[in-house]
Amino acid sequence: MQNPLLWVALTIALLPLFGALVAGLVGKKIGKLWTHRIAITSMGVAFFLACYLFKVFIIDDHPLVEDSFYTWATAGLLRFDIAFLLDRLSVVMLVVVSFVSLMVHIYSIGYMWDDPGYQRFFSYVSLFTFSMLILVLANNFLLLFFGWEGVGLVSYLLIGFWFSRDAATFGSLKAFLVNRVGDMGFLLAIAATLMYFSSINYHDVFRQVPSLMNETLPLFPNYRVSVITTICILLFIGAMGKSAQVPLHVWLPESMEGPTPISALIHAATMVTAGIYMVARMSPLFEFSQTSLTLILIIGGTTALFMGFLAITQYDIKRVIAYSTLSQLGYMAVALGASAYDAAIFHLITHAFFKALLFLAAGSVIMALHHEQDMRKMGGLASYLPITYLTFVIGTLALCAIPPFSGFYSKDIIIEAVKLSQIPGAGYAYFCVLVGAFITPVYMFRALFMTFHTNDRVDLHIRDKIKEPSWVVWLPLILLAIPSIFVGQMLINKMLFDNPKLLGDAILVLPQHDVINQIATDYTGAKLMALQAGTTLAFWLAIAGIITAWFFTAYRPVWSQILKQRFAWIYAILVRKYGFDDFNQIVLVHGTQEVGDLCYEVSDVKLIDGVVVNGSGRCIRWLAQNARLLQTGYIYHYALAMVLGVLGFLIWYVMG
Amino acid sequence: MISLTEFLVLAALLFGLGTAGIILNRKNLITLLMSVELILLAVNTNFIAFSHFLMNDTGQIFVFFVLTVAAAEAAIGLAILVVLYRRRGTIAVQNIDALKG
Repeated sequence: MQNPLLWVALTIALLPLFGALVAGLVGKKIGKLWTHRIAITSMGVAFFLACYLFKVFIIDDHPLVEDSFYTWATAGLLRFDIAFLLDRLSVVMLVVVSFVSLMVHIYSIGYMWDDPGYQRFFSYVSLFTFSMLILVLANNFLLLFFGWEGVGLVSYLLIGFWFSRDAATFGSLKAFLVNRVGDMGFLLAIAATLMYFSSINYHDVFRQVPSLMNETLPLFPNYRVSVITTICILLFIGAMGKSAQVPLHVWLPESMEGPTPISALIHAATMVTAGIYMVARMSPLFEFSQTSLTLILIIGGTTALFMGFLAITQYDIKRVIAYSTLSQLGYMAVALGASAYDAAIFHLITHAFFKALLFLAAGSVIMALHHEQDMRKMGGLASYLPITYLTFVIGTLALCAIPPFSGFYSKDIIIEAVKLSQIPGAGYAYFCVLVGAFITPVYMFRALFMTFHTNDRVDLHIRDKIKEPSWVVWLPLILLAIPSIFVGQMLINKMLFDNPKLLGDAILVLPQHDVINQIATDYTGAKLMALQAGTTLAFWLAIAGIITAWFFTAYRPVWSQILKQRFAWIYAILVRKYGFDDFNQIVLVHGTQEVGDLCYEVSDVKLIDGVVVNGSGRCIRWLAQNARLLQTGYIYHYALAMVLGVLGFLIWYVMG
Repeated sequence: MISLTEFLVLAALLFGLGTAGIILNRKNLITLLMSVELILLAVNTNFIAFSHFLMNDTGQIFVFFVLTVAAAEAAIGLAILVVLYRRRGTIAVQNIDALKG
């Protein structure tokens, strides 16, 4: 190990682990104060080290560094290394993850202070960050998978943090199980990679991709499919689980049962972006499989549009934001499918900031109202919670792609990129993201109006006590609001149009897929782009969405009731979430139970208990009962048997 | 001159009679002992016949052994029979079925 930068990276990864161990093992002894001091200090140091790496790799343009710390196992030619890869992509992700995680740590002091599981909470959050950092830093599939599973495990623990609530345990189990479905795909992808590339190191694999382009494998007898496409689709199934794409999205709304800081961490910067990050990281693979890009476009487009619709009917403030996360993940997936990986990561970054902001602001509201999440019991809170209100508005505007907020740049680029993409399926995805641009403001401003404007529907005895929470809560809000406003215009040039781009050679795009390059010819600078927003369709759709939301929730709320009754069947479909949950519940859960019952009755009770266990006993008893009749006890019978036996042997001897 | 075949046939007949006696006898245990003696005698006849025709005295020596063993066997058998009769009051073969399953 020559390069000190890798030791810095290792320190970044291990600091949260240290915080997690301290908080988890000795947290009760050192008390709440020291628990969060240690956890936050280690997180803060990690963030600063990540910033240092950012400076080294992005600003000073250091070439990528890659080395192994420890060889976990070798089997023949295969080596399983604990090895890190530091390049522009991983460094950017490091900064985003550690920053949002730091904010969530600070915020948690305020949000969780009265909770008896305070130390446990900090332990989990730090462990979560550790897993995510490992995931980002890995230089091979296996270590990536380790981080991937770590994130999945800790998300299970965190969603079920309040394990005495039924809904929380149900949600955590659901998240865990749905993620396993995706992981199955991911594991198969790793196995296929190992089989065809004989390596699980990223760069070893990527180097061999062009030579394996025409390789096929027999999926069924007489039906051969491209190896690259198979691996890509399997990888994307993994990404679908983690990044909550249709139809594996069902766990994400359910995971809102966890404490709010966790929702911010899981749904903003870490877990759900893991899938997006993974696909972007594997861009040299995905670029060579147009089929899988089409699949990503279609799945992403569907997620972006149809999950947005669901948010309109939700009354739980956190669930509205959760569905918006689903929708935004759909946007990122669409960008990946259109080969605009830079745009996907760009949206991932801006989304990390404003979505964490939205969740934390929603958490601040929930805290102020004594853990009330139902928007029907809110309203008119703007005057009580000015800072929360302001930051929530900033987050909403960023999410709705209103210039010059950060979301505008990333989302607009994605819409442009899809429009220009020639990959099959891009037309559908373009339609989806465009309509999504209208739907997003509808549900976000609906939430905004219902929470902060309109009549005050808060319980009387709570209303007098509403006050802005302490500085540990509003400081992260403000610190997140700043990048939510500015990060878009700051980064757009460097991310997409500079040469080299911010992510540099970590991303590979084939020339025929390079839509960003086409956009670059029309690009005139961040400020002009914001000023020219009026010429794009997406902008006017967003404005129309805001007006619609205002009209139906603030100006004439009764109209929404009329619409609801007039289109009761649409409303029913939306409330039932297109029946995904019902399908899972009836077909998968119930079906599994039925199969289990069937197995119990047929194979267990009848076959194993009846035939094998009792049957063999009964058979031997029957045999013995009949065989005892042979033993007559009479000497002459035995003598006869003996003589016959001797005779038999004699005949055998003579004949043979 | 009586040939070997005649002796062997006689021995076989005796042997068959003895065997039949063992198998067919349902009544008396003493008949059983007698049948056993008959089988032994059949064997003795074989021994002597072969010894004579093969000019080998070993067979006749063996006959003495067999006779001695048969006498001892008869003595023990009768003694068991007496004890059996004292305990069970019968020596009918069909009543001795303690091993019946």
